Amino acid sequence: MKTWIEKQKHLIDFTLASLSRRKGKNLGLLFIYGLLVFVLASVALYTHALRAEAQKVLAGTPEIVLQRLVAGRHDLIPPGYIEKIGRVRGVQKQEGRLWGYYYDSVVKANYTFMAPRDMQIERGEIVVGPALERSRGLAAGNGISFRSYSGELHTFIVGDVLPQGSELVSADLVLMNEADFRAFFRYPEGHYTDIALAVANPQEIRNVALKLMAALPDSRPILRDEVLRTYASIFDWREGIMLALLAAAILAFGIFAWEKAAGLSAEEKREIGILKAIGWETGDVIKMKFWEGLLISLLAFLLGYVAAWLHVFHANAALFEPVLKGWAVLYPSFRLTPHIDGLQVATLFFFTVFPYTAAVLVPIWRAATTDPDTVMRS
Amino acid sequence: MIFQPAIIALLLAAGLSLAMLLIASPFAVQVIRHWDIASGSERQLKLERLTYLFSTLVAFVCLVQILAALLFVFNADKMSVMFVGAMCAVGALNVNAFGFPALYLQLALFFLAALWLAINHADSRARDYPLVRLKYALLIAAIPLFAASLWLQLSYFLGLKADVITSCCGSLFSADAPTLASEVSALEPKPALLGFYGATAAAIALGGWHWRRRDNLSGYAAGLGALAAFLAGIAGILAFVSLYIYEHPNHHCPFCILKPDYDYQGYWLYLPLFAATAAGMSAGALRPFARRPSLAQVVPEFTGRLAGVAAIGYVLFALVASVMIWQSNLILLE
Amino acid sequence: MIELNSIRKAFNQGRHNEYWALSGIDLSIPEKRVTALKGPSGSGKTTLLTILGCLARPTEGRVRLKGEDISGLPERFLTEIRRQTFGFIFQQFNLIRGLSAIENVILPAFPTGRPRRELREKAEALLADVDLGHRREAKVEWLSGGEQQRVAICRALINDPELLIADEPTANLDTKLSQEFLAILEKLAAAGRTIVLTSHDPLVVESDVVDFVVSLRDGRIVDEK
Repeated sequence: MKTWIEKQKHLIDFTLASLSRRKGKNLGLLFIYGLLVFVLASVALYTHALRAEAQKVLAGTPEIVLQRLVAGRHDLIPPGYIEKIGRVRGVQKQEGRLWGYYYDSVVKANYTFMAPRDMQIERGEIVVGPALERSRGLAAGNGISFRSYSGELHTFIVGDVLPQGSELVSADLVLMNEADFRAFFRYPEGHYTDIALAVANPQEIRNVALKLMAALPDSRPILRDEVLRTYASIFDWREGIMLALLAAAILAFGIFAWEKAAGLSAEEKREIGILKAIGWETGDVIKMKFWEGLLISLLAFLLGYVAAWLHVFHANAALFEPVLKGWAVLYPSFRLTPHIDGLQVATLFFFTVFPYTAAVLVPIWRAATTDPDTVMRS
Repeated sequence: MIFQPAIIALLLAAGLSLAMLLIASPFAVQVIRHWDIASGSERQLKLERLTYLFSTLVAFVCLVQILAALLFVFNADKMSVMFVGAMCAVGALNVNAFGFPALYLQLALFFLAALWLAINHADSRARDYPLVRLKYALLIAAIPLFAASLWLQLSYFLGLKADVITSCCGSLFSADAPTLASEVSALEPKPALLGFYGATAAAIALGGWHWRRRDNLSGYAAGLGALAAFLAGIAGILAFVSLYIYEHPNHHCPFCILKPDYDYQGYWLYLPLFAATAAGMSAGALRPFARRPSLAQVVPEFTGRLAGVAAIGYVLFALVASVMIWQSNLILLE
Repeated sequence: MIELNSIRKAFNQGRHNEYWALSGIDLSIPEKRVTALKGPSGSGKTTLLTILGCLARPTEGRVRLKGEDISGLPERFLTEIRRQTFGFIFQQFNLIRGLSAIENVILPAFPTGRPRRELREKAEALLADVDLGHRREAKVEWLSGGEQQRVAICRALINDPELLIADEPTANLDTKLSQEFLAILEKLAAAGRTIVLTSHDPLVVESDVVDFVVSLRDGRIVDEK
């Protein structure tokens, strides 16, 4: 065991020396390798962070949202509808919600207007999301006017700005008093946008939803778990598509690695011949090359991953934000929460180290099986 | 089919492993047909050089299989949110009939590759490479298994359909779908506990015995002991070790213990268990070759070492499990 | 020490350019003596040296090292034997550029897994023996031809082999350096090492250090004395 460790130490020593002797070639490989890890890791980190963000946001939403459908389209909840639900066992709270979209032609963006239930806002005041704060230059105490869909101009005072915490969702939010909301949109009294239901026991959610459908055949319950599932598969799907597009890059990298490993310079061939002649065994040379590959892989992985980390969490994934984020015009400039995930690292490993190793295996073996007597025959 | 990175990676791993073996198979046939150790002909020298390629390749495939098994479980766990009723990896693997067979075959391939490497190690210590034909026949025989693994994984992943909201309705997926079993049925804790410690202690004793004796009887016994301890170990994890880790009397999942939520404790259990089992079973499987004259020295020494490694692995495994039970707040047995 | 029995060695076997470099060699290398192989280029003396030194396997025939038949051994075991029993000095010195003298000297011992410090001490002693102690950390490409050869000799001795193999050791040296080499050779022979070398340099072949001379031509032995 001790000699085995000593031997590996010798091999690593030699490998390090031999890597530093061929800086140009190895730096080139390291750069390409690191670049591949960087791109793949950026995609993975970014989609993962988006997914985590969505989960965080949804964690605060009601378990069930009930919408009313008319001709298959989402319609307002009429008065008396909530009462019709009556008492359903397992439902802790049921309440109508008021929200809608507003298109601001000044910055050409959609806002979400909402009359919150759990927050007291004075009439004439609004609370805005951080994106509005930026795009319209708003701060607490400022006034702002919106032209409503009916053509009237409504003026509000900004009472507060929402914190940056989960900006992905709250960025375009405008919160106002219920009376202001109804006046602005000419929302009929007693009508609501949808109904939120809080269910404490997760195993009850499905039963509650079934009862709702039975009681109100024109309604559509949307379950939080199902939204989560949908988000998860959409983000995974996008990540998958990105990777499929990058498959060509991985293949190119494999070919590049093969070329590098197969195209040994005359100098390197001579070295391996010498090592074989002075008593190194084929297995020793393969092990030495294995250490070389491992060192390069680890270094490239580390460099690429750290660069991707900086790119995603400190530069806001500037390179492919437009491809992966949603459709909103008001790109929230949110800070994603840094997160490392075992599955993700393992997957990245399979996409980079695995093709690299597979590509260099045969060339390494070729080089290692050089006849020991070649040095004497040249 | 659910299109996501980990699935692509798994299919890539299975496909590449199979492709590498397939490309190598004509050379394996050549070795079987033309091997003649006494000859100094150039063909023989070429074949000998090829053996290095094969051992490197199989070592690589073995590593890939164990990593792929991990990734497979990881991925199943992550996908569980996409299926109604699936709480963790077990549920996701139960989504269709191919999930668990794919995992089992993956694990079997790991053990087979480890066994092949053990045979290879013993063989290359003997000056006349007595097992060379057997080795390459085994390699060719394993190719259909690798193909089956790829096929099972493809069937599993192609058969997956996430329960996702479509634009027309917020449908309720579980309304009349059969619920997925998220829990594994398990033994009663008490007999499982006895079996667990009994089999592990037996495997440790038999491993130690073979380490000292190095004869056939103790070698086969150590191999069987390892197999029994593996089964008892898995059953024990299902029946009670996991309960102590989760501190929950009904959560039997063997996979959740691998998750960060439980501080990755599962690795401390599975790593020694799998390593010890691979070593112990290889020790038993190598014994028949001790009769070959050129291996008469090599095999006993090697199987003895393997049995020693297996014994140490089971000791670690039992210790880790005991510490986890000791530190748990759950009380199963009065 | 080494016995060869009807050794034949073919290259490009089974192809149109097949050619037999050795065709039936019977030879015995005596222990603790200096044996020189001589002959024109293409006579097969280097091929014979590679078979003597376990660098290559004969196509036909038997090689016995200290009584043990090693002709059918796979490369893995031949290498082990070679590492323990033989030290090599090549015509081109074959040092690895970019490494220091001492690093080059300890290279053959890497696969043995001996601790690094032990190896360096041994290498320092060997280098000091040939008056290169002060140059041990110099990169080999900065050394002169004579110095390079002395590094190569130290490298051949690091695993303490019983047998030294030298291929045309004086081909790249002038007369003065050749004589220095012969002096070292004499010291090694006096210390009880078996030495086999190839040469067509009369200075070497006719020197007193060499005990036996074997002449080759067209892959056969034509003369022994």
